Amino acid sequence: MIFLDNLVNGISLGSIYAIIALGYTMVYGIAKMLNFAHGDVIMMGAYIAFCALQYWNMPPLVSLVVAMAACTVMGVVIEGLAYRPLRQAASLAVLITAIGMSYLLQNLALMIWGANPKSFPGSMINIPTISLFGGELKITGATLVTIVANIVIMIALTAFTSKTKTGKAMRCVSEDRGAASLMGINVNQTISITFAIGSALAAVAGILLCSSYPTLQPTTGSMPGIKAFTAAVFGGIGSIPGAMLGGLLLGVIEIFGKAYISTELGDAIVFAVLIIVLLVKPSGLLGKPVREKV
Amino acid sequence: MSETKKTPLLEVKDIHVYYGAIHAIKGISFHVNQDEIVTLIGANGAGKSTTLNTITGLLRPKHGSIYFQGENVTTTLSHKMISRGIALCPEGRRIFQQMTVRENLEMGGFTRPAGEIAESMEEMFVRFPRLKEREKQIAGTLSGGEQQMLAMARALMSKPKVLMLDEPSMGLAPILVEQIFSIIQELHEAGVTILLVEQNAQMALSVANRAYVLETGMITMEGNAQELLHNDAVKKAYLGS
Repeated sequence: MIFLDNLVNGISLGSIYAIIALGYTMVYGIAKMLNFAHGDVIMMGAYIAFCALQYWNMPPLVSLVVAMAACTVMGVVIEGLAYRPLRQAASLAVLITAIGMSYLLQNLALMIWGANPKSFPGSMINIPTISLFGGELKITGATLVTIVANIVIMIALTAFTSKTKTGKAMRCVSEDRGAASLMGINVNQTISITFAIGSALAAVAGILLCSSYPTLQPTTGSMPGIKAFTAAVFGGIGSIPGAMLGGLLLGVIEIFGKAYISTELGDAIVFAVLIIVLLVKPSGLLGKPVREKV
Repeated sequence: MSETKKTPLLEVKDIHVYYGAIHAIKGISFHVNQDEIVTLIGANGAGKSTTLNTITGLLRPKHGSIYFQGENVTTTLSHKMISRGIALCPEGRRIFQQMTVRENLEMGGFTRPAGEIAESMEEMFVRFPRLKEREKQIAGTLSGGEQQMLAMARALMSKPKVLMLDEPSMGLAPILVEQIFSIIQELHEAGVTILLVEQNAQMALSVANRAYVLETGMITMEGNAQELLHNDAVKKAYLGS
């Protein structure tokens, strides 16, 4: 039963990584940049949901919508102000800007909410714990919601990119920006939409993360952000199913590593696995090998 | 000739294009009239693709202007050119490799209302039966000739007023080159105005009405395609005889 318990926890944590990783992988796939501020958008989303619940007394679902809306706006504004002017610049310049944006958001949170950790209210996800096998396996409401949310988001995103006009435009931009532009696709607008979706998902991830791990502080998004980025690379950056798979595997490996090998080495094991996978398959589990243009 | 009297469909006036410090296009002017096939021929690096990319707005001229149907479109954004009626079938085809043939065609009609796309797609399948056979196949798995047909069909999906073809024969076997050129002629007969850029001067001149010879960013010769085909200087430089 401990095994099952760990597995459920691993899938739950992995689902959070997967949702965050989607944000990284979509932005990378379409804008060809690593948005290192993504983890901090998660933190901002969690803070906004926290405020909506605690200070403005909004019901959980409304808080979720408020956080998603705020993060969507934040993502689009960050892209428009900080990244768009650098569209033709060297990728290193964009990377540094993203890192700067990450610190800017963290310090902004520090300024607004202070350094003291806040305890994220459990009332956000108001679903009772389920007991299975006569109480031996307990699945919390947060865990359940996290796993379901992950599945729903995965299905919705896959349908969006394969069926809708905007989704197809995103795939075109991802493959060949110039050719997409020749088709009449507004590349800047498509990149904006990508940031909007990624950031809205970041808000969801922030709320799910803090529902399972309730300590909320300005650096809350950093470590999960880095791990989710790892998950995206692990699964094959640019690939939506890859982000899902990478996230889930990473979560399960992390929990099992902590449970069976060493609590202290949990994170080290995660990154060791990443290194091994990348040595064997540099494009990640589901990544396509990069074709050099001639 | 009488053609000089009316407003050309597409007119390029004295454009200069730079890549950083490199002066790639040094003031070229040319025009394409309704229902013509005009070809720009020249060696590798002469600036042919640069010219087409500048017309579509992927590159910006530093000086000079581009007129389409009498309107100045020099600063029009590249994604707006296709709804104006200028479609480019780019060098190296640049089809969406990871999408199906059908999806590629849909993307070609991106700016058109959904209702009109189905009809145009049927037209493409009639003109390019091979694409119909490969409809659900991932475009990256097509052969070079099929990819070129897909790229042309994709450009035609927008019902362009002028179709610009950038090196459609590149990398194709001679038999496929002939096939592509006969398609170009068919399109012309069906009333499509074409601006053709080619290194294969022989083929290009034999289908075109008029031609311009581009050398290191400047137009060095222009005129009737048949006359240029028999011009000694052109023969020597581009036709290998």
